[in-house]
Amino acid sequence: MDFNLSLGSLASENKAIPLDHRRLYDVLILGGGPAALTAAVYCMRKGVVTALVTMDFGGQVAETSAVENYMGYKYIEGIQLAERFREQVNQFEISIAPGRRVSGIAPGNNWMVTLDDGSTCSGRSIIITTGKSWRKLNVPGEKELTGRGVAYCATCDAPLFAGRRVAVVGGGNSGVESAIDLAKIAESVTLVQVLPALTADRVLVDALAAYKNVTTLLEHEVAEIRGTASVSSVMVRARTGGAARELDVQGIFIEIGLVPNTDFVRGLLDLNEAGEIVVDSSCRTSAKGIFAAGDVTSVPFKQIIIAAGEGAKAALAACEYLMKNE
Amino acid sequence: MGILNDEVKKQMGAILSQLQSNVGIVFFGQEIECPTCRDTHLFLEELKSLSPKLGLQSYGLVKDAARAAELNVARVPAILLLDKDGRDTRIKFYGFPGGYEINSFLAAIMEVSGRKEPLPAPIMSRIAAISKDVHIQVFVTLSCPYCPNAVMTAHRLALENPRIRADMVESSTFTPLAIKYDVSSVPKTVINETKELIGAQPIEQLLDAIETL
Ligand SMILES: Cc1cc2nc3c(=O)[nH]c(=O)nc-3n(C[C@H](O)[C@H](O)[C@H](O)COP(=O)(O)OP(=O)(O)OC[C@H]3O[C@@H](n4cnc5c(N)ncnc54)[C@H](O)[C@@H]3O)c2cc1C
Repeated sequence: MDFNLSLGSLASENKAIPLDHRRLYDVLILGGGPAALTAAVYCMRKGVVTALVTMDFGGQVAETSAVENYMGYKYIEGIQLAERFREQVNQFEISIAPGRRVSGIAPGNNWMVTLDDGSTCSGRSIIITTGKSWRKLNVPGEKELTGRGVAYCATCDAPLFAGRRVAVVGGGNSGVESAIDLAKIAESVTLVQVLPALTADRVLVDALAAYKNVTTLLEHEVAEIRGTASVSSVMVRARTGGAARELDVQGIFIEIGLVPNTDFVRGLLDLNEAGEIVVDSSCRTSAKGIFAAGDVTSVPFKQIIIAAGEGAKAALAACEYLMKNE
Repeated sequence: MGILNDEVKKQMGAILSQLQSNVGIVFFGQEIECPTCRDTHLFLEELKSLSPKLGLQSYGLVKDAARAAELNVARVPAILLLDKDGRDTRIKFYGFPGGYEINSFLAAIMEVSGRKEPLPAPIMSRIAAISKDVHIQVFVTLSCPYCPNAVMTAHRLALENPRIRADMVESSTFTPLAIKYDVSSVPKTVINETKELIGAQPIEQLLDAIETL
């Protein structure tokens, strides 16, 4: 039996305090992944009054099983690394609003941030580190049937599909890994890939080939997900033309990569074609006083160590900005 | 070979050293037709040995039917937590709390011992105002990183209001139940058989659902 223990913070001190909605913060950090948590440590050590608003702690790292390329750890479970980050933040008297989603930023003399519960908070500067989340297919039925057969987390939900028929969309590493996990327990797996070939690593593609209950449909796309209470079938279509056909499945796992969480700054900040916030080499965005770091930005290569480094840089850039604009 | 290796024991010991008051762990199992009961029991025995503040009582579902009925135990393996005065906290774990659920399990033990984060006053008064019987079931799998949060939220409600009871249900152990509630994604929270929440929702969402029961 495995234990994915991540409660280190219960054994160490926690000085974090609740967010004060009336206070004007020097820095508001939006997000809770490696970029945010690193920025938080840098801001607190610089002595600026800082608040952190986030839906969760660890971001994508908390969903990663093994990390083997974050310096200082030859091997660490994602959830444990996330917990170490959080512990390092909790040693400071930083204001934290956990479990809260940012829904908008309004311009003004200072910046005002709106949260999903309708409350607001204000900052002289902002660091956006909202990272990325799973890309949706955007086909009919997907939204309605999410959690009712439409799934985005194969490790979470695979056990619920034992003995059933499922589809997996996406021929990259995460799609093929999910197909393998599911092939072990499901009755059948249909892997749907838009491109003419699977793009996952060779070892994974070879491992997948060993399962006799997997069918791969190349150059196919999902047109619709059907079902009332739960998924009853999926319509797929060859990209080369022809009519759509119905796959008789009870579940569909969507593994088609990630999109930046930038909906709440659309129209306020310059975004690139991928929807990422455009930043300069000092993490400055197109709006004065707003900085951004990590996966949510146009900085190439999305890695934990890069997000952490960019988070540090954004914090120092924000502190410098505060000093110059005193 | 025990259930917990030395490294895990050390980490859990460090957490449990922060326990405030005593916590009673109650285990219900059964010798036949319960493949995970033995390991769950062994795990609890090892856990108990990590802190003098933990107690452990073990029962059989059939053998001790009266106690099971008194504590509302429906199936095994089941784990319940009692406070320092031996009172039921209405917090239950159905299934082995391993994988990611070790976090919700240890968190519940810490909270029952008195080590809990204060909730904002408006939330506390909404919880206190609940005056009907509420039964929350949170379906999880052990490989789901989002699930412990959903479980912790439900258990916290149970701890704060005696009308509320909250169960973690490990979906792979209790397949028929997971099928009955059409669980095809975890965490899934079912309230009084009628309301459903999908995903780990903040405490306000749970309260919204309870208030409109
Ligand atoms: C499966 C997987 C495996 C990976 N493996 C590795 C690896 O082995 N090594 C490696 O270096 N990298 C790996 N990565 C990439 C790495 O995890 C990311 O590059 C890194 O987490 C980015 O950090 P971030 O802080 O920029 O964003 P994220 O980690 O995406 O964090 C974003 C944070 O913002 C919060 N948030 C989002 N929107 C809002 C909002 N509106 N309001 C409030 N909060 C919000 C989220 O809850 C989250 O806390 C992996 C990624 C995945 C998905």
